[in-house]
Amino acid sequence: MVIKLDESKTHIISALVLNKPGVLQRVAGLFTRRGYNIENITVGTSEQENLARMTIIAKGDEKVLEQITKQLNKLIDVIKVRDLDPDITVKRELCLIKVHTSTEKNRSEIIQYANIFRGRIIDVSPETLTIEITGSPEKIEALIDLVRTFGIKEIARTGPTAISRGNKTI
Amino acid sequence: MKGGEAIIKSLMDQGVETVFGYPGGVLLPLYDVLYDSDLRHILVRHEQCAAHAADGFARASGKVGVCIGTSGPGATNLITGIATAYMDSSPVLAIAGQVATGLIGNDAFQEVDTIGITMPITKHNYQAMKADEIPGMIRSAFYIASTGRNGPVVIDLPKNVQEEEFEYELAKDIELPGYKPTMKGHPLQVKKAAKMIMNSKKPVILAGGGIILSDASKELLRFSNMIHAPVTTSLMGKGSIPEDNLLSLGMLGMHGRKTSNLIIDDCDCLISIGCRFSDRTTGSLTEFAKNAKIVHIDVDPAEIGKNVDVDVPIVGDAKIILNDLINVVGKAKDENKNHSVWLKHVIDFKNTCMPRLSFDDIPLKPQQVIKELSEAIDDDTIVTTDVGQNQMWMAHYFTSRNPRKFISSGGLGTMGFGFPAAMGAKIAMPDNDVVAVCGDGGFLMVCQDLATVKEYDIPVVICVLDNRRLGMVSQWQKLFYNKRMSYTDLGQSPDFVKLAESFGVSAERVEKPGEMYETVKKAIRSDEPYLIDVVIDPDEILPMVPAGCGLTEIVGEYKVERETPGEILYKPIGTDKSGD
Ligand SMILES: Cc1ncc(C[n+]2csc(CCOP(=O)(O)OP(=O)(O)O)c2C)c(N)n1
Ligand SMILES: [Mg+2]
Repeated sequence: MVIKLDESKTHIISALVLNKPGVLQRVAGLFTRRGYNIENITVGTSEQENLARMTIIAKGDEKVLEQITKQLNKLIDVIKVRDLDPDITVKRELCLIKVHTSTEKNRSEIIQYANIFRGRIIDVSPETLTIEITGSPEKIEALIDLVRTFGIKEIARTGPTAISRGNKTI
Repeated sequence: MKGGEAIIKSLMDQGVETVFGYPGGVLLPLYDVLYDSDLRHILVRHEQCAAHAADGFARASGKVGVCIGTSGPGATNLITGIATAYMDSSPVLAIAGQVATGLIGNDAFQEVDTIGITMPITKHNYQAMKADEIPGMIRSAFYIASTGRNGPVVIDLPKNVQEEEFEYELAKDIELPGYKPTMKGHPLQVKKAAKMIMNSKKPVILAGGGIILSDASKELLRFSNMIHAPVTTSLMGKGSIPEDNLLSLGMLGMHGRKTSNLIIDDCDCLISIGCRFSDRTTGSLTEFAKNAKIVHIDVDPAEIGKNVDVDVPIVGDAKIILNDLINVVGKAKDENKNHSVWLKHVIDFKNTCMPRLSFDDIPLKPQQVIKELSEAIDDDTIVTTDVGQNQMWMAHYFTSRNPRKFISSGGLGTMGFGFPAAMGAKIAMPDNDVVAVCGDGGFLMVCQDLATVKEYDIPVVICVLDNRRLGMVSQWQKLFYNKRMSYTDLGQSPDFVKLAESFGVSAERVEKPGEMYETVKKAIRSDEPYLIDVVIDPDEILPMVPAGCGLTEIVGEYKVERETPGEILYKPIGTDKSGD
């Protein structure tokens, strides 16, 4: 059997796109239509007024990645596309976790965990605590695993966004 | 000025003289302006024909073809034509009516998400939400459709926007920060390619539709002569080189010429220009040109490395890059670019397997029909085809001598394309004769537009290759599905001659050798629309490469011109020293 080593390598693609209706649909549609394996897309405004930045996490080998970048570049509303080098890229995600708190003991334990992960408690109710945490997706996973035993009622994640370290811009 | 007027004015500013369309509720304001404008509007009888006609117009002339359809069903009827243009990179502008902006999203009467539906089948699309966007939008649409890799653009036009009053201003310079097609090839890549070509012993050029789109036929011929490289083409590249030229091998691929398929297998350097390596052209990718280093020239960077791994890619316009190559290679020593031994070897082989065209059988063999057709028309005649056996027979047997004179739906393979495309081609090029070669199945899908060619007196000649079958599908059933002819028999209806006559179009039936020539001559001379019902042998099969096989694995008898006993074997160059 031939094993393609980097078949499922995860890529972080950063794209500057025109900030107008339909652009997300164009990009998402491209991925579905061409059968690219997409894990996540985030969109938000960028440093330029009329441009938005999309961060796309996709899986595939080098050839697939090359096709993704080229096909994205073909979209008229896409201005720039860059595959970010994971070694010099910071990747961050925001996550909100609503945890069930049956006892006072649980409550203080959860608050402790949140503190260790530099999370914040942003909402409290008699039976729940809501934690806000930002960080790498791995860090978020770790906190989720820890508080799972208490009973997670709801999770909302933004999906990762990313930027290159240092001077580099796209 | 009103939005509707701005549309017409902007189109005319782009040099548009004729549009193909069909009105409807939301287009009333636009059609009200059309009523007494100088823009010529051809009322087709089905929106699909408007789109195909605009496409045929574009392919014949190189100019953007324009079609119009109303919202909802009008827009969806345009879809097949838009997708056809997209697959073959044809510059078409489709204007679709839309419900008023206030109603969008409410499932209003005849509302459909045209933008969403056409996103994957257009180069770009626009929705005009305000009238003052129109002038810039139309300019951008034309620019996008006709530059870089050409393709269709859709403008979705709500009813109230057509009625909105605004201060018309000539569109300022268009701003498309995300669209900068690369036209010039990278000089280093050009040098690398030149070196690879000169180091090769057995170069072959594969010319695609990109040669025709970039108007690079002369350069192609010059370059291939300079390096003694034979030229094969994709379906879209047919006509990019005169096919009666010594260097031309004819089409490559599933239904390609034997010469092309075998030579590609042997070549050591393949220079592909403006060809996207579709599966119909390459056959099995692992087998394709397996002995060759590959130079790939394409204006669309995304085509490079998509299907075939490439040794030297050059992104840019075919004409510019061919000129660069001619410059670089032209300066080299003669012995470096001389491949004449190879070329002679190829031509010798080509001569052994020229397909046989003459048959005196009744019912007529398609080869004989095409031979007589070729003799009856001149080199400037524009020929369109439909899809199916009729198309592949034409691609295989018809000798095309000029670019933009062979028009066919390649990528999408759209039945019903041939006739309306011919209509558009004739409007674009009124001084050229135009002949559509169609299947009986495909023609019936669009026959209602006989009314259009009659009413507007558009003198196209329609040849219906009448085998009473969905020939191509039945060919596959015969070859690969145990002769189980599931739903491919078309029966005896209609009588195509009477059908045409009911539209007031002259028509004639052709059944015997010699009749085709006479009738085509007569039809062209008549200078009015004319239908020829050509009764052909339904059992004739074009040799083919089964899907997924290598290009050399041709099945079906390959009937050749020369009476050579036994099978024609290809001997790679250098191996024929022992004598035959
Ligand atoms: C719109 C559309 N529907 C179905 C097909 C599938 N198809 C390809 S060839 C063919 C048969 C065409 O029959 P006809 O038009 O009579 O041409 P022939 O092959 O007999 O020359 C069919 C059904 C197609 N290409 N396009
Ligand atoms: Mg038929």
